[in-house]
Amino acid sequence: MSDAAAPPALRFDGVTRRFGSVVAIDRLSLDIFAGEFFALLGPSGCGKSTPLRLAAGFDAPSEGRILLHGAPLTAPPHLRPVNMMFQSYALFPHMSVADNVTFGLKQEGLPKAEIAARVSEMLALVQLSALGARKPHQLSGGQRQRVALARALAKRPQVLLLDEPLAALDKKLRAETQFELKRLQRRLGTTFVIVTHDQEEAMTVADRMAVMQAGTVAQVGTPDEIYEHPASRYVADFIGDVNLLQGRVVRTDASSVVVACDGFGEIIAGPAPEARVGETIWLALRPEKIAVSEGGRAGVGQNEVTGTVVEVGYRGEQSMLEVRTAAGSILKVSVTNRRRRAADGPAVGESVRLTFAADDIVALTR
Amino acid sequence: MSEGATQGGRGMRRSWTLRLAILLPFAWLVLFVLLPTLIAFKISLSQTVLAQPPYVPVLNPSGGWDAFVGFLNALSFENYTAVFTDSLYLASYLKSLQVAALSTALILLIGYPIAYAMARAPRGVQSVLLILVILPFWTAFLIRIYAWINILQRDGLLNQLLLSLGIVDAPIAWLASDTAVYIGIVYSYLPFMVLPLYATLERMDAALREAAADLGAPPWKIFWQITVPLSRPGILAGVLLCFIPIVGEFVIPDLLGSSSTLMIGQTLWTEFFANRDWPFASVVALVMLVILVGPIVLYEHLQARALEKAR
Repeated sequence: MSDAAAPPALRFDGVTRRFGSVVAIDRLSLDIFAGEFFALLGPSGCGKSTPLRLAAGFDAPSEGRILLHGAPLTAPPHLRPVNMMFQSYALFPHMSVADNVTFGLKQEGLPKAEIAARVSEMLALVQLSALGARKPHQLSGGQRQRVALARALAKRPQVLLLDEPLAALDKKLRAETQFELKRLQRRLGTTFVIVTHDQEEAMTVADRMAVMQAGTVAQVGTPDEIYEHPASRYVADFIGDVNLLQGRVVRTDASSVVVACDGFGEIIAGPAPEARVGETIWLALRPEKIAVSEGGRAGVGQNEVTGTVVEVGYRGEQSMLEVRTAAGSILKVSVTNRRRRAADGPAVGESVRLTFAADDIVALTR
Repeated sequence: MSEGATQGGRGMRRSWTLRLAILLPFAWLVLFVLLPTLIAFKISLSQTVLAQPPYVPVLNPSGGWDAFVGFLNALSFENYTAVFTDSLYLASYLKSLQVAALSTALILLIGYPIAYAMARAPRGVQSVLLILVILPFWTAFLIRIYAWINILQRDGLLNQLLLSLGIVDAPIAWLASDTAVYIGIVYSYLPFMVLPLYATLERMDAALREAAADLGAPPWKIFWQITVPLSRPGILAGVLLCFIPIVGEFVIPDLLGSSSTLMIGQTLWTEFFANRDWPFASVVALVMLVILVGPIVLYEHLQARALEKAR
């Protein structure tokens, strides 16, 4: 997808932005490659929108620089070859849909015929050809979102910045639009950088993502790398459901680590090369990796815990169980409902035997 | 069943309070706007006499039907033909409209940058600036106009400043000129332009300007193509809030102007108090009302359309 020798489409090089004494982003260094769909994921207030505003030029970094295809981005916003799609869409209320899309092209001084062709191409792309004459207030939320997208894409930006583009849509429409956005990006090959607080959204659309934590990047990777191999407790806890068990390292070797956890006894986990014997570390175990009352998958080492089901939360396609171990700790266990509806499915008050493979447990030192 | 009854009861009560809410301002308008206008209209059809009241015929309700018919027959539209044929009144109306139009344009030109700067200032500063705009209202209007007489007179502050800076060699006669009237009007009405403009500009989503910049528009284009068109409701409100009362302005041209700045308010005053010609004064007032109803109706129409759009 990208030429290894070429500079990244967008590079944040030690970028810091302070607002008074508040540090919104702190020495952010990030490479986003050409043609990539990249997501910046973080809770609200973690400074994840700031990098977009800096790249668009609405704001300037306190320190560090931003490079577009290797060249420093310092021009005022109206001269930058990047475009932004706003969370509020920021459609011009006094202009028709077509005029909104035309606005950016007119600024480039393109010939009239080319502008008209590009506008109809863009409206067709977002399936709004029939609504060109409407004003924004005559459109539904989903249609407005598509106008905003068409308007930003009409300029053929080198990088498209999307600030919470789907936040205003309801859940079902949002899920559909995520796939549409992904298809569109693949078709156009434009570099997309999306900012979102919705982990499901980030994982659905992005080729790679950065998990933001208080103005810094906690981890960068593909969605499955981040889900399966979180680098820290923060990332493990932020993405999906997880059981975090605290314990002391008993033994460690190249392929595994043995940890004595309060309330669980000794648990064998995946390798943790940097862990020292006697050190306190955390084990991250996803609820769906735990097998109930069955043999468990084959792994490097088998772990087994017995306990009692104390709560069952029905979620539709699956249920989340809370299991109290013999020593009194709680484990979250997810079971598919095909399984739970069966006669031998676990119910509240029942004793269960839980098994999980060492490979499925990530040992975390921070 | 009982639930339906309760809801019906609540609906009745709401419609009763709603009716009262509409009735109160309606009664107010009938009592203090419609009725006085009708009285003025009646007087405008009378003739002036040296008597108390200074016009005939006088409607005497105790005279019965015959007296009423006699009263109706005595009314005439003579005064209306006079007001449209006498060039003094025509000139006075035109002067008023001209002063109102030019000074409203000046106020808009000065007020827009002020309102724009206020709307873009930091939050804390905004409230201070807002107080500064409203502050002059805390002093009586007349005192402020007298202060301008002080500033503009021959040995006033303005001439002293100009002389000391060497801009002029001899004091300029500012007072009793059109310039003084314009200065007084622009000064007095500026807040009525700045406040609605500020309210519109302050509400405007900053993301719209950012989006325009993002799409390649330089700052001056953003101003003309985004900010100005979107502040139209504020411009309209400000223009009408200034234009309408300026047409009828009396105090400022009377105190700062000369006989060449004879506006309709002064003409009206002269007819009423100096000539004691109540019927003719009523005609002048009613014609002015009709002239002003035009822009008011236009404003209402545009306002209603804007509301429709917002919905």
